[in-house]
Amino acid sequence: MKAASFAYGRPNSMSDALALLADADGEIRIMAGGQSLGPMLNLRLVQPPRIVDIAGLAELRSVERDGEALVIGACVTHADIEDGRIPDVTQGVLPRIARGIAYRAVRNRGTIGGSLGHADPAADWVTTLAALGASVQLTSSAGRRDLAVTEFIQGALQTALRPGELVTAIRLPSLSPAARFGYAKACRKPGEFAHAMAAVLIEPDTARSRIVIGAIDTTPIVIDDSSLFGGAITEFRQSFDRDLADRLLMQAGVTDPAARHIHVSVLARAIAEAAP
Amino acid sequence: MTDAAPTASDARAPRGVGARLLRKEDDRFLRGRGQYVADIRLPGLKDVAFVRSPVAHARIKAIHIPAAFRDVVFTADDLAGIKPIRAVSGLPGFKISEQPVLAVGKVRHVGELVAMCVAGSRAEAEDIAAAVELELEPLPAVHDMRLARAAGSVLVHEHWGDNVFLETNFEVDISAALDAPIKVTREISTARQCMAPLEGRGVIATFDHRLDQLTLYTGSQMPHIVRNGLSDCLGIEQGRIRIIAPDIGGGFGHKGILLPEEVCLSWLAMHKGWTVRWLEDRREHLSASANCREHAYDITVYADRDGRLRGIDCVAIVDSGAYSSYPFSACLEAAQIASILPGPYRMPAYRCRTYSVATNKCPILPYRGVARTGVCFALELLLDAVAVEAGLEPGEVRLRNLVQPQDMPFDNITNKHFDSGDYPGALQRALVAIDVPAVRARQQRGEPDGRLIGTGVSIYCEQAAHGTSVYAGWGIPMVPGHEQATARLTPDGGLELRVGVHSHGQGLETTLAQVACEILGVDPDKIRVVLGDTAMTPYSTGTWGSRSMVMAGGAVGTACAQLVARATRIGAKLLQLSPEAVVWREGRACGPNGSVSLAEIAHTWYRRPQDLPADVDPAGLEVTSGYKPVRDSGTFSYAAHAVTVAVDPDLGEVELLDYVIVEDGGVLVNPMIVDGQILGGLAQGIGTALYEEMPFDEAAQPLATTLADYLLPGPTEVPAPRLFHMETPSPYTMFGVKGIGEGGAIAPPAAIANAVNDALRPLGAELMQSPLSPRRIVAAVLAAKQASAT
Repeated sequence: MKAASFAYGRPNSMSDALALLADADGEIRIMAGGQSLGPMLNLRLVQPPRIVDIAGLAELRSVERDGEALVIGACVTHADIEDGRIPDVTQGVLPRIARGIAYRAVRNRGTIGGSLGHADPAADWVTTLAALGASVQLTSSAGRRDLAVTEFIQGALQTALRPGELVTAIRLPSLSPAARFGYAKACRKPGEFAHAMAAVLIEPDTARSRIVIGAIDTTPIVIDDSSLFGGAITEFRQSFDRDLADRLLMQAGVTDPAARHIHVSVLARAIAEAAP
Repeated sequence: MTDAAPTASDARAPRGVGARLLRKEDDRFLRGRGQYVADIRLPGLKDVAFVRSPVAHARIKAIHIPAAFRDVVFTADDLAGIKPIRAVSGLPGFKISEQPVLAVGKVRHVGELVAMCVAGSRAEAEDIAAAVELELEPLPAVHDMRLARAAGSVLVHEHWGDNVFLETNFEVDISAALDAPIKVTREISTARQCMAPLEGRGVIATFDHRLDQLTLYTGSQMPHIVRNGLSDCLGIEQGRIRIIAPDIGGGFGHKGILLPEEVCLSWLAMHKGWTVRWLEDRREHLSASANCREHAYDITVYADRDGRLRGIDCVAIVDSGAYSSYPFSACLEAAQIASILPGPYRMPAYRCRTYSVATNKCPILPYRGVARTGVCFALELLLDAVAVEAGLEPGEVRLRNLVQPQDMPFDNITNKHFDSGDYPGALQRALVAIDVPAVRARQQRGEPDGRLIGTGVSIYCEQAAHGTSVYAGWGIPMVPGHEQATARLTPDGGLELRVGVHSHGQGLETTLAQVACEILGVDPDKIRVVLGDTAMTPYSTGTWGSRSMVMAGGAVGTACAQLVARATRIGAKLLQLSPEAVVWREGRACGPNGSVSLAEIAHTWYRRPQDLPADVDPAGLEVTSGYKPVRDSGTFSYAAHAVTVAVDPDLGEVELLDYVIVEDGGVLVNPMIVDGQILGGLAQGIGTALYEEMPFDEAAQPLATTLADYLLPGPTEVPAPRLFHMETPSPYTMFGVKGIGEGGAIAPPAAIANAVNDALRPLGAELMQSPLSPRRIVAAVLAAKQASAT
């Protein structure tokens, strides 16, 4: 279990990083903490000829407010968020999710941007940030574009990232005081990959909701309307339609009834947690 | 620091048998100074990576080695004269498998060695391995042991005509049980597992031209047995082989076999003159080597209305994998099932058929608790089913059937000879400690979080240190005889003990010193225990079968007793007394008016022989002696485990709320170390119960090839158990000790499954398969709901 040989670059500036990416004519992998990529390299599941390690870029570790939103640099670690070293616009949701990611050793090095770029369906950020309505800032030498997390994630380990492009930041809208958030996941052991996961955001003031079911073999299921609650979010806990959730999971390819039952039960717990 | 844990320097505390002495070896382990195979650096060391079969079953059409690597890649064609590994059982009907060290003609499991690649580093060796191209003609794979027995199945070894290594039958008049009013029948299975010691396997081979000797460093529990096997495969005399097993980071049986890799590296060292190393990585460990435990039972238990057992009828299958591993063979696991299934329970009728079945999986290896974990799971789950039928508490059913202490020693229905013990006493203590009535009351109340509470018990017995008479019957390549130890006084009065067993976590450097201290009176701090080197230690079959404390402890005790006799005679000379007038006390030869210390005796013998008279006993102060218990059919340690769980029926999650163990391992040489053994075993048992599983697909591809997929219990999964000891001495062993190395891992799966089933009983759900994963629990709950709805 030793990685195949690869060229390793650790640029000192964004412009160097983008130049390296633009120059790459073969496959290139971006390392932003290496907590998933490292094992994949060692198992030779990926054998990129070049790796660009962006974890040292100061620009990507910065956090700034943009009006009501928070822009989090891609290389902010889970531990930075867990420990409150960055501001929070989510009334504690962000640090709480960070605390539940894998193990502390992973959180010390793993980054929020790296997690999204890796796009593991069982990753906490993929599900949570989709529910919170976050967007991803993508930068290349040609310029910058923003994509909603729900558009960025295109499948298991698949993203909309183009060659030469880099996740540089996550833009997170602030959570209104009235918003209700619930989150639940099922893991065989604390810190292991989740086999069921759900995030629930209910916004009573705008009468909107967003439900995300993660940890399935494909893109998370995102329910942007109130269909799961019979069309209205008032009394959402009581009106949760388990059968509809079950059907959506079936459509997403979860054929095992026991697995679906666990997913739906986890979703029910996230909903219960969001309920007043 | 509590009174129970004296420091190593507290000279006033008792230090012999029974002392909770801190472990001598922990100074180096806790400082990170242990030396494992991977820590050894030799000049010119090269690394080896293997080309392994990517498929479970195929004919090898060709192996293409790029021209640039011709000199560093070797296949079976290069290994002229090397014999395959053969582990033949003498049991009638056993079919022999020959395991080529590098595949010949066919590959029979994923991960089988096909070629070896040598380079300056492991990464470069893996690059070369990746460049070697295998041309394979795929064959259908035998992936399921039940299907493997079906007529027309693909054959793992074509010339056998079927896929059965061995079938055994045992019966005591089953017809006498058939009219019993209670009859419960279940299909039970335990998953294929991996052993997962912290340290994987590792081998370094080098050739010493001065000594004309191959030196093999290998993480082995049994260096002398490795030498036997290597000598056979390499075709060279044993004197030309030295096996050194340095510190071992956990064995559990995985390090109790001869590896094809050991033979391969030996060949490289001998024929290429290279010093070569192979370190097993975790993927190799999981997918190609350390498999164990896969059992399936069709079992019926017959009982009277009052829960008394009338008989057991069982067919058991063990998935032995593709080859018979050396030295324990492919059938030790299955063939033992028939003899150990009834355990400490009385019954008038019994029948058991067993099959050791070949499949396209890697060979099954003996894992801590060998066969017993599966047997305990099968029988103890069925006893709970009997309890339900009889309307009795599970504990009560067991109390009505266990052998009573006044019936000891006891020969059970399969003629297992139980040396001593109070099984009902242990169970009753466990039932009191777990407080069954309180659990029943809590079940009545219900839980605010909707979880379901359950409690379960299980009892196991562990035959340990079984010797010549038992193993001669199996007829495998290794039969333990008298265990030997050398006890050697140094000129300064220190003691060196040399034993052929090995310590891979058991703390033998401490416990064997405690035995010597007990007899000779030498402070354990002045005792060095030499293990793990064929050049330095007497022959031994090694450490397995919970035998080392009984056997090597007995041997050390015997050798030390002889040393006492010799030292007494010399001491008597120095005291100018007749030997009869001198007694040995606290490390001194004592006469009526004076005494002389062991150090003075040693000093005189070695350095001032002129002070001794001419007629002194010439035998000296170095003794090698052998030991066997009075009866070598084994010691029987045992325990009752009781656990209370909370089960989440929607998520299938199990929390262990309380865990009680009442164990009886006879006289304990070091109760602190025994506690550690039990805790470690419990963790492994919890893994078996709830987490560990190596699944295979229909192509017999292993599906859990990393530790992200193969789940091991960690600190958050292992509760602190409440541990109680009973000490019923064995009548047959020195000090009354019994082997206790494996027991902790045997009982937990059964106790936990019984507790989960107890919790799920109101829903009508029942699980008969380990591990009890969330998916299996939820599936059982859904199935029960569906059944009650229709």
